[in-house]
Amino acid sequence: MNLGALKRLGFRGRTLVASVPYLWLVLFFLIPFVIVLKISFSDAQIAMPPYKPLFEWIGDKMVHIKLNFGNYAFLIEDNLYWKAYLNSIYVAGVSTLLCLLIGYPMAYAIARSSTSTRNVLLLLVILPFWTSFLLRVYAWIGLLKNNGLINNALMAIGVIDQPIQMLQTDFAVYVGIVYSYLPFMILPLYANLEKMDLTLLEAAADLGSRPWEAFLKVTLPLSLPGVIAGCLLVFIPAVGEFVIPALLGDPGMLMIGKVLWTEFFNNRDWPVASAVAIALLLFLVIPIMFFQRAQDAESGGGLHR
Amino acid sequence: MATSPRDTQLKFEPWNEPGAQPYVQIDRVSKKFGDFVAVDDVSLNIYKKEIFCLLGASGCGKTTLLRMMAGFERPTSGRIFIDGVDMSTLPPYERPVNMMFQSYALFPHMTVEQNVAFGLKQDRIARAEIAKRVADMLELVKLGQFAKRKPHQLSGGQRQRVALARALVKKPKLLLLDEPLAALDKKLREHTQFELINIQETLGVTFIVVTHDQEEAMTLSSRIGVMNHGEIVQVGTPTDIYEYPNSRFVAEFIGSVNMFEGKLVEDEPSYVRIEADDLERPIYVDHGVSSAPGATVWAAIRPEKVLMSREQPAGADNWTRATVQDIAYMGDLSVYLLRLPSGRIVRLTQPNVYRHADERITWDEQVFLHWDPTSPVVVTK
Repeated sequence: MNLGALKRLGFRGRTLVASVPYLWLVLFFLIPFVIVLKISFSDAQIAMPPYKPLFEWIGDKMVHIKLNFGNYAFLIEDNLYWKAYLNSIYVAGVSTLLCLLIGYPMAYAIARSSTSTRNVLLLLVILPFWTSFLLRVYAWIGLLKNNGLINNALMAIGVIDQPIQMLQTDFAVYVGIVYSYLPFMILPLYANLEKMDLTLLEAAADLGSRPWEAFLKVTLPLSLPGVIAGCLLVFIPAVGEFVIPALLGDPGMLMIGKVLWTEFFNNRDWPVASAVAIALLLFLVIPIMFFQRAQDAESGGGLHR
Repeated sequence: MATSPRDTQLKFEPWNEPGAQPYVQIDRVSKKFGDFVAVDDVSLNIYKKEIFCLLGASGCGKTTLLRMMAGFERPTSGRIFIDGVDMSTLPPYERPVNMMFQSYALFPHMTVEQNVAFGLKQDRIARAEIAKRVADMLELVKLGQFAKRKPHQLSGGQRQRVALARALVKKPKLLLLDEPLAALDKKLREHTQFELINIQETLGVTFIVVTHDQEEAMTLSSRIGVMNHGEIVQVGTPTDIYEYPNSRFVAEFIGSVNMFEGKLVEDEPSYVRIEADDLERPIYVDHGVSSAPGATVWAAIRPEKVLMSREQPAGADNWTRATVQDIAYMGDLSVYLLRLPSGRIVRLTQPNVYRHADERITWDEQVFLHWDPTSPVVVTK
């Protein structure tokens, strides 16, 4: 088909290019989401698939739709889920804060270093991605366990004479999350800090700001979009994190990702598991979307020059 | 009737007053970046309420010199005094100096008002006074109704005025302006030049302006310091710099000029005669030159001081034959390019006084060029 024919059909190159990511999202996000949503309204049964269909044909003229809100009611009744949600949010929140406290100075240092060092430092931030995420979390077991590298080293130099219990504690979970997600904090912050106009800092100094005042009044507020982006990139996956608490954490630690796993694979209760996932989405993603929209409206593009 | 600001400007010549104390003293300042000497042993005295322009091509060290006054760079050697206080070791935030940046460097996350108030808040001034001073300053730069806007909602000219207000609101002893008008279009630039002079005269702040634009330097400044390769080559009023350049560099840098290399053949206290290779007749200059007979000198004649006629001028000196090679009509004046018998091209400008001029000299015409004995400037370097 030639280009003119495409145009007559209302296709433009631009629309075509823009539709690719939308198509991707529809295929791999929207459709699975609708499937999960559908399962969350059904009843569990011991069969393949392990849930009852929502639509039942009565004869061939009528369709019988059965929506089961019991799964959601169950989430509210059983405080296990509430506790798991709150604990996940707490752990993710603390991890995000730690990532920010560690990542901001790192991103700042990288952004302000000379061009040649900058590339080396950025490479070092990205380098862990060459190894599988799972392997890196496993490696932390070797470091943190009672006869692991850290305890052995500390005992060898005589700082401690009993190994410290680090593995299967909340501490290990924080170490794992902060370690794994730190690059996601550093990269957006770096991208933001790197493009900052440094004459703004000179202007602040010229108007009487000491370096730390200039940082608080100019650099920090201007880097807020980077801070928000970094925090969301760490917080959202950290809330649903399953691997790290499962491998490094206390088996009794309540995390919503682990609850989800248990419902799916141990209890084989797909409808409740789906309801847990949908609730997670509602509690987290939607407030964040509104927050971002409010942010955009407030700045009004004011952060672009 | 009150005297206009320009009248007081004309009488304002503190550098000629014996015993006048310079307000800014730059004392043998040098700045090296590695092997590169950006500023080379510069000494300058600048007086209170002056608008002093540092003029030079890019890379001549003028911005580095300005940044040393602001405190962003430390001199490699030498000292800078402002109002008698040695600034050499003071960081920028402790200097009684403010700067207007070429890019304006407005804080994009703050409103106009907050930008202007920034420096006052740093000084822990009472809130009511800050509000008053900010409002007054915005009034002065005619931005009162834009106080709540953010910089990205302003035009280039408005941003420039915010930058000026922000730098002036702290009542600095010295305001440094880095290419203040470079980002504005030509019409706005002309208008803003005069506005800048008015504001400077209202507030009485000493201005040091860095610019590569000679026209800007000429209109704004009380005095100009011409810089080249990190050195100050000449300091003087705009008239001094234009009419009495001290070197070929200055003569050629400011405006355009016809430069004739020649030998000094007669050297008297009251006149000199120069034989230039490109001219058939000697150049006669009605004042003495401090150079030995036989020395190579250069006579510089400005295009508007070269005259043109169809009749051969009387006298033996200061004229030559020429052929019109090209004419550029600029509206207010016409630029003629004329070829001398030696092949040398001479530039001449003539104001277009009459709308109809049938007798105007035109292409390929044979003419005579001549000039007044007061017109050539003789430089020896």
